[in-house]
Amino acid sequence: MNLHEHQAKALLAEYGVPIPRGKVAFSVDEAVAAASELGLPVVVKAQIHAGGRGKAGGVRLARTEDEVRAAADAILGATLVTKQTGPEGRLVRRLLVEEGVAIARELYVSFIIDRSTGRPMCIASAAGGMDIEEVAAETPEKILTVTVDPAMGMQPFQARRLAFGLGFEGQVFRNGTKFLTALYRAFEGLDASQVEINPMLVTAGGDVLALDAKVSVDDSALFRQPQVAALRDIHEESPFEVEASKHRLSYIKLDGSVGCMVNGAGLAMATMDIVKLAGASPANFLDVGGGASADQIENAFRILSSDPEVRLVLINIFGGILRCDRLARGLIDAVRKLGVTLPIVIRMEGTNVELARRMLEESGLDFTTADGMRDAAEQVVKRLAGQEAA
Amino acid sequence: MSVLVGNETRLVVQGITGREGAFHAEACRDYGTNLVAGVVPGKGGQTAVGVPVFDTVAEAVEKTGANVGFVLVPPPFCADAYAEAVDAGLDLVVSITEGVPTRDMVRVMRTVPPGGTRILGPNCPGVISPGKAKVGIMPGFIHKEGHVGVVSRSGTLTYEAVHQLSERGIGQSTCVGIGGDPVIGTQFVDVLELFAADDDTEAVILIGEIGGGAEEEAAEFIRRELRKPVVAFIAGQTAPPGRRMGHAGAIVMGGQGTAAGKMEALRSAGCTVVESPAEMGAAMEARLRG
Repeated sequence: MNLHEHQAKALLAEYGVPIPRGKVAFSVDEAVAAASELGLPVVVKAQIHAGGRGKAGGVRLARTEDEVRAAADAILGATLVTKQTGPEGRLVRRLLVEEGVAIARELYVSFIIDRSTGRPMCIASAAGGMDIEEVAAETPEKILTVTVDPAMGMQPFQARRLAFGLGFEGQVFRNGTKFLTALYRAFEGLDASQVEINPMLVTAGGDVLALDAKVSVDDSALFRQPQVAALRDIHEESPFEVEASKHRLSYIKLDGSVGCMVNGAGLAMATMDIVKLAGASPANFLDVGGGASADQIENAFRILSSDPEVRLVLINIFGGILRCDRLARGLIDAVRKLGVTLPIVIRMEGTNVELARRMLEESGLDFTTADGMRDAAEQVVKRLAGQEAA
Repeated sequence: MSVLVGNETRLVVQGITGREGAFHAEACRDYGTNLVAGVVPGKGGQTAVGVPVFDTVAEAVEKTGANVGFVLVPPPFCADAYAEAVDAGLDLVVSITEGVPTRDMVRVMRTVPPGGTRILGPNCPGVISPGKAKVGIMPGFIHKEGHVGVVSRSGTLTYEAVHQLSERGIGQSTCVGIGGDPVIGTQFVDVLELFAADDDTEAVILIGEIGGGAEEEAAEFIRRELRKPVVAFIAGQTAPPGRRMGHAGAIVMGGQGTAAGKMEALRSAGCTVVESPAEMGAAMEARLRG
């Protein structure tokens, strides 16, 4: 789960990570009030779940009350297009108004779980404010890493090594090691999958602050992070995906025309791949779960048929011990109940496949049964071509 | 021979009295796995699925000689069940549980001493050595005894590969699902090491997916050490970057973990990399024919 910058900063502050003073605002008036409370100048920042806001005009410095009003007015309600939002952009519904700080240096620091060691890893760089992937690709020697033993936590010598590597001295060195240690505690305590501070700021006065903050929390840990779970902003998610998650379906909207319904994440990805290889284009990723229960299938149909781009549905269920006749019954019932008119190509594997095929073919509904994945993809392309000809 | 599980396996199911636990314990036993015990704290002394239930894994080991654990408990309790199996000194512990917090896996992996219990999963279908033993939730009947090792991050896609092999009369030595989470107990390389040393395994199918660098590490191991034919498929060639595709670990971030990169790494290590998931069985048939 992703968080807004202002939410992330509030959580980090609870762990002792220094942040600039700031207030969230949902209207122009609230932004103006926040600025007068904080004192001018302030920075007015769009709050959306995507990076690259500055370049898209979503971050503005305001020196006077009029400038605050103008900035808030321009950003709130605007649709920001950044390289992370996609071409449709993201509507700004809230702002963070923050005190202006005198910048001496901008650096980068993040914690992630390093998958190859299975341990937390700190990544730091003196090249702050830049895209860290670019830094890693072009000047890998500027990247510092430290792997943390989860039983020990971040050790003082590790924080010192990073602080020396970043060129910190004197008071800044002391503030920097404190910052890094607190940030690790937050990463661990919040069950975060990523905490990224870009830039980490050294002020003219020698303070070390998180000027921006991106926190992603492990979805599997939300049951024990109720404070985080309560911060979910469904405006930042696609309505289809919100609906799917209510039914415990894993769904991701894509831009093709073949609606896919598959059991299992790996097989669902592989099904998208074979659709594309056959020359068609998947409309979505959709995993109905290993068991593909009647309930899940009905909910999946409801979501697929509400996507206007979908022209055909491909169902690929590898049932194993699942009885295909029962699956066929569930499919027929769901299609009748929801009045689905889309053509359906179905490939299934499991016990009683022959009986299931007969049931589908005799149902009078528009089912095409396929034998194996290749045949399924070919049937999809054939049916789509038929639609175009018609 | 086979790897991880076989005729020598003595299985203890952790969570055997639950609905899932009882169902899968029975299915493993019916496949031919030597089920010897169950563990449910507070239910010691009872009997379930025809075997004695103990309060602790240590007691089950002491009384029955159990050497492999199968964890069927809800996500918040999975890491603790793994840790108990490690503490009891089982050779292998498998969990299919989906939704285990990553931090729990990070911590539990820290408790495994060098040469200690091998953890498989979580969020995986388990492991099967056809005709010998199954410790997992895969449908046993699609498998066939033979000499191809299968290792995969996926569940149903593994069944697909096995089905394609069995349909062509190609049997499997052992099929291992390592799971789709970011932090897992057993990696591709660990299983490839076992397959490399197993005389019964003549060739390997590796099924990866987008995200992380485990396939690249596998490619490096194959290039350096594996003198057996490998057929590989990577799921998620059409997945958009930055989106998590069902599995918590399946995400392309900052150009890392792409299907194209993994396919290229495996290809340059000498693997036959198929673009279509429908070609896994046929490609293996061709490699075996030489």
